Amino acid sequence: MSTPDSNRVKPAGAPGPRRIPAPRVLPESQAYWTAADEGRLLVKQCRACGEFHHYPRDICPHCMSADTEWLQAAGTGTVYSFSTMGKGEAAYTLAFVTLEEGVTLMTNLVDCDPADVAIGQPVRVVFKPSDGGHAVPMFTPA
Amino acid sequence: MSLNGSACIVGAYEHPTRKADALSVVRLHADVARGALEDAGLSKGDIDGYFCAGDAPGLGTTTMAEYLGLKLRHVDSTECGGSAPILHVAHAAAAIAAGRCNVALITLAGRPRAQMAAAQAAAKDGKGRAPLALKPPDPDAPELAFELPYGPATQNLYAAVAKRHMHEFGTTSEQLAWIKVAASHHAQHNPLAMLREVVTVEDVLNSPLVSDPLHRLDCCVMSDGGGAIIVARPEIARQLKRPIVKVRGTGEAPKHGMGGKMDLTYSAAAWSGPLAFAEAGVTPADIQYASLYDSFTITVLMQLEDLGFCKKGEGGRFVADGNLISGVGKLPFNTDGGGLCNNHPANRGGITKIIEAVRQLRGEAHPAVQVPDCSLALANGIGGALASRHTAGTLILERV
Repeated sequence: MSTPDSNRVKPAGAPGPRRIPAPRVLPESQAYWTAADEGRLLVKQCRACGEFHHYPRDICPHCMSADTEWLQAAGTGTVYSFSTMGKGEAAYTLAFVTLEEGVTLMTNLVDCDPADVAIGQPVRVVFKPSDGGHAVPMFTPA
Repeated sequence: MSLNGSACIVGAYEHPTRKADALSVVRLHADVARGALEDAGLSKGDIDGYFCAGDAPGLGTTTMAEYLGLKLRHVDSTECGGSAPILHVAHAAAAIAAGRCNVALITLAGRPRAQMAAAQAAAKDGKGRAPLALKPPDPDAPELAFELPYGPATQNLYAAVAKRHMHEFGTTSEQLAWIKVAASHHAQHNPLAMLREVVTVEDVLNSPLVSDPLHRLDCCVMSDGGGAIIVARPEIARQLKRPIVKVRGTGEAPKHGMGGKMDLTYSAAAWSGPLAFAEAGVTPADIQYASLYDSFTITVLMQLEDLGFCKKGEGGRFVADGNLISGVGKLPFNTDGGGLCNNHPANRGGITKIIEAVRQLRGEAHPAVQVPDCSLALANGIGGALASRHTAGTLILERV
């Protein structure tokens, strides 16, 4: 899971790694963030049409059924695309990762040299502390 | 109801400023409204429809109607970012066809560059905090919690699309660079353009990496300013002295994360384009000039493929070797220098795309970049971000 030293939230205005803004949580996705604090990645599935979706909603974006449920994701996937922005220790890598369950989500690639990452590479979830809020799922090479 | 022939663009005006230190946002909107009216040969009292998007101050259409003293019977504040004016032209044509107005004014303006400079100066003096380039995110946006922690910026969202395109189709940074090279060839003739120096593929590749694989010169400029368009009933257009530019085809479509079934290999232009071509009854091969949204080089490449100027995956080969340079290549694009070199007022490139298409159709582009006898042109907008959510608008215009 998180390594406190390398991922410590930096104080406002100080140089150093990018601070991870705390997620602004809506009621319908509270379970996702509570699970993230426990080191578990959840994904939503629709009982009516069987499809997974992300970001998680009460209402299925595929069939509009309100009969959706939380499942624990395998926590593994592959890199769909990514880009590194910023310099030095403030550099960070925005990525899209496709989970085993089939949904693609926005995330960061962490604890790796992005120069060694390739599209299609297997990754696994890790959880990083945010700036005064819930833990945030990120991914690292599996 | 087809909008083909239902309305004409009778006025177009681009604000000359690129940094509006002493002009307010409302003043910029008013300046371009005056300019477009003068261009059309119309007066304020002729306007009975008004269109603006999120860049207008206050209550948008209401605030602007009050400032300009307009008496209106139709307003529309469709907001989808930089493509909004393209949708506004279509919506104005629809409103005219429905008898809801006769003369519609569309304005876009802003001063993000001056605002950024002022905020940076204040932060330096310890009087304020560093500025945001865009408005603060809406806390009610449902995607916010699932995106903001990861640092999505405009640059890395487009860069992720570029990287996927390279992976799927073998597109190269050199090919993307050709898009900037073409824009710079056009901008050298535009005295108002922010970047007038002709650049080479090597110049683009040697510029600093902003968000890999995009370099600084793959990005558009940031500028103040704006523009306005006036759309009128064809009967009115025929009474005016300007060349007649007819709305021939229109299309609009949003594309988003699709519940996680994401596919970054195409944009919403793949949906808006076919609607516009079907309404116009023409094909991409008929288009003599294209204004393509150029927030980044990859944006242009995606539209070329999605609008059907080349097959999916062949955009890199299509743009290489100057194919977008007027007088050199097969498809002259953004002959004013576009957002990549000329301006990108209010961080929104939609209105300037329409304006340059109108110039081309009237034969009023700079002689060095004017397409000979240009009678059919396209303007396309991408508002939002390619990798997350955006709305495309496609407009096909004809000089009659």
